[in-house]
Amino acid sequence: MSSETTAGANSSVGFEPKIVAFVCNWCTYLGADLAGTNRLEYPANVRIIRLPCTGRIDFNLVVKAFEVGADAVLVSGCHPGDCHYTAGNFHARRRWKLFRELLDTVGIDTNRIYFSWISAAEGAKFQSLVTEIVEKTRAMGPYQDYKSLVAES
Amino acid sequence: MAKIGVFTCWCGENIARHVDVEAVSEAISKLPGVACSMNYKYMCSEPGQSLISEKIKELGLTGVVVASCSPHMHLKTFRKTVELAGVNPYMVEMANIREQCSWVHSDKAVATAKAIELIGIAVAKVRRNAALQPIKVPVTKRAMVIGAGVAGIQAALDLAAGGVEVILVEREPSVGGKMAGLSETFPTLDCSQCILTPRMVEVGQHPNIKLMTYSEVEKVDGYVGNFKVTVRKKARYVDIAKCTGCGTCWNACPKKNKIPNSFDYNLGNRGAIYIPFPQAVPARPTIDADNCLRLQSMKKGKELCGICMKNCGSQAINFHDQDELVEFDVGAIVVATGYKLYSIGKEQENPNIKGYGEYGYGKYKDVIDSLQFERIISASGPTGGEPKRPSDGMTPKTVVFIQCTGSRDNAKGITYCSKICCMYTAKHTMLFKHKVHDGAAHVFYMDIRSGGKMYDEFVRRAIEQDGALYHRGRVSKIEEITVDGVKKYRCYGADTLAGEPCVVDADLVVLACAMVPSDGVTKLAQKLSVGYNEYGFLSESHPKLRPVETNAAGVFVCGACQGPKDIPETVAQASAAAGKALIMLSQPYLTREPEIATVDEKLCAACGACVQTCPFKAITIEEIRDRKGNFIKNTSRVNPGLCMGCGTCVSVCPSKSVDLIGFTDDQVYAELESLLA
Repeated sequence: MSSETTAGANSSVGFEPKIVAFVCNWCTYLGADLAGTNRLEYPANVRIIRLPCTGRIDFNLVVKAFEVGADAVLVSGCHPGDCHYTAGNFHARRRWKLFRELLDTVGIDTNRIYFSWISAAEGAKFQSLVTEIVEKTRAMGPYQDYKSLVAES
Repeated sequence: MAKIGVFTCWCGENIARHVDVEAVSEAISKLPGVACSMNYKYMCSEPGQSLISEKIKELGLTGVVVASCSPHMHLKTFRKTVELAGVNPYMVEMANIREQCSWVHSDKAVATAKAIELIGIAVAKVRRNAALQPIKVPVTKRAMVIGAGVAGIQAALDLAAGGVEVILVEREPSVGGKMAGLSETFPTLDCSQCILTPRMVEVGQHPNIKLMTYSEVEKVDGYVGNFKVTVRKKARYVDIAKCTGCGTCWNACPKKNKIPNSFDYNLGNRGAIYIPFPQAVPARPTIDADNCLRLQSMKKGKELCGICMKNCGSQAINFHDQDELVEFDVGAIVVATGYKLYSIGKEQENPNIKGYGEYGYGKYKDVIDSLQFERIISASGPTGGEPKRPSDGMTPKTVVFIQCTGSRDNAKGITYCSKICCMYTAKHTMLFKHKVHDGAAHVFYMDIRSGGKMYDEFVRRAIEQDGALYHRGRVSKIEEITVDGVKKYRCYGADTLAGEPCVVDADLVVLACAMVPSDGVTKLAQKLSVGYNEYGFLSESHPKLRPVETNAAGVFVCGACQGPKDIPETVAQASAAAGKALIMLSQPYLTREPEIATVDEKLCAACGACVQTCPFKAITIEEIRDRKGNFIKNTSRVNPGLCMGCGTCVSVCPSKSVDLIGFTDDQVYAELESLLA
């Protein structure tokens, strides 16, 4: 927490990004489990929130994640066609397309939101994606703009 | 007051090596609502579980968090543990500090800090969990089987033998499907009809089976255990209860032998009143309204012909027959709608798939598909089993078989292997050679896939004993030529093993076309809420562990509607589907997970957004009325039998009146807020 005062976009030394991942129970959660079973190490910055389906992910939750201090958010579910509930991930994708523009309009940095498909067999993909997100977020620095956004409104 | 017990597991060394479990327990004990925080070497072991139940009894815990492995591993275990100790099983949450922490982070300080946060998330959630009861759904002990090919027949017979009443729906006038039209079957060369027709007779006579031929599923309502299926019984113009099947009518029909018979893939002819093949079940005729002189004349207000009616001794013909909608209550549905062959010509229904214009199918009469060849060599076929080519009835001496027409061809849009073509092409070469001893059977193939009991031996026999000529390569073009006044088809192929072009002048060309799902299957799948892939093959629930279940509870699949497969596999899968349906129907009621969507009817404005988005059609708009019956308002309502608990409705609800039990907004927001600290 002490790093918050010193770390900015250009001085992210010692900055540990906080990543919130909303994942579906049937594909990505199991993909993350597989990464564990295979001992695929990745940065410890991610906090997984398990939901039944990406269809359940109301984008207010994404905003809420930023509110509690997330520097980046990942939404990940089953590949198209593999949804445990037939079509929940399609609904999520459709909503995401609309919502990204809306978030952009209100000033939320959509580069800090990631959307992906990770199957139960893709432990390595989970590892590499989380690693990539943490690296990128580390480079971007803490998401302090969100706080100023809230202060403005 | 919440009293939460948190039990952190070492998992031997698996967790304890990278997570300081003592420090974790210590930190967690300070969280609000946590009444006890302990750790133990193996929480899932007998003493570990006893520790949990002792603490529940000792401290009167209201909720439990087990911080150990993935909930996919042991959530059920710990739900049972707390239930036995007298706490509702849904008052348990798990923090996954093994797969998603100790196994992926080796820095002990980092992993310990993360474990504390993960447990904090679970504690925040469990404090807002509700005691839930599994949903009990009554079961109608009746099943419907859609499609009466070999898969549907097998499933219906097994269900019926299990004491369940079965409604067997078939859209054609007879049961039997594709298999009834086959000649002989690999790898034994036993006659297809000889093995199938007794089964067809059996379904026709079984006291537990109600046959609905010439009928289609119109509408599916309800949910697992309680489906309401509306079946359209198409107008047959023949009362099959009165009809004796004597055959006077179809022999008297002036259109006799003038209309292409679709059962023979249009190689043979039938009349306007017809049975598709002699062994049809039911052995009762149908009138083809489009070709019947009487029915056509009635449209113009006249009454021509009517010879069949005049000749019918049992007065079974009714020209005023109409489609009828029949409703059935069933508990389970087995889908067995089978396949058809991909149409080889230029015209394709699926815009992603291209045809083989270069093979001249449709243009050249003697370029036929494999099911047409089955009819030509079938003893009950249009040529009586004599191999005669369609254009001029000549006995072909040289036949070219082209495998993988469509299958495994990315350029044409079908990527999969149709699985049975290698085997039936080998069979075709043998049957042809057995009938035309001096004939030549050329096969162009990409690979020979003959996995299966006695399958490879069968192909070897075609090559070594019957002398089929196999060329590894594809045919690029077929051209009609005339040699000594006889029409021939020049096949420009390649033999890639010899490394040279291979041109064969054939009398007949047989294309082993890709198998695709039969017509209308995607529409049916939508009615049933069953998933399907880009080709229309229905999706099973799990490719390995739940191969006959679908994601629509109570709907099972078998046969080629799920993917290309041969007869033995189809029969095995049909029996499996019937078995699974029987298990379901043998319960007095079904229990379902209570983690489903729920609507706050006071808040709901009945906008219908959730109705539109639900993948299972589980939400409907209902009226709320007062005791006197006065209308108050409309509201969405979730059918607990249909809802699968995905929560897609929750995220579209503009008034936030829908919530997902077990994953409520309250719970998820609390999980997020726990990260603030």
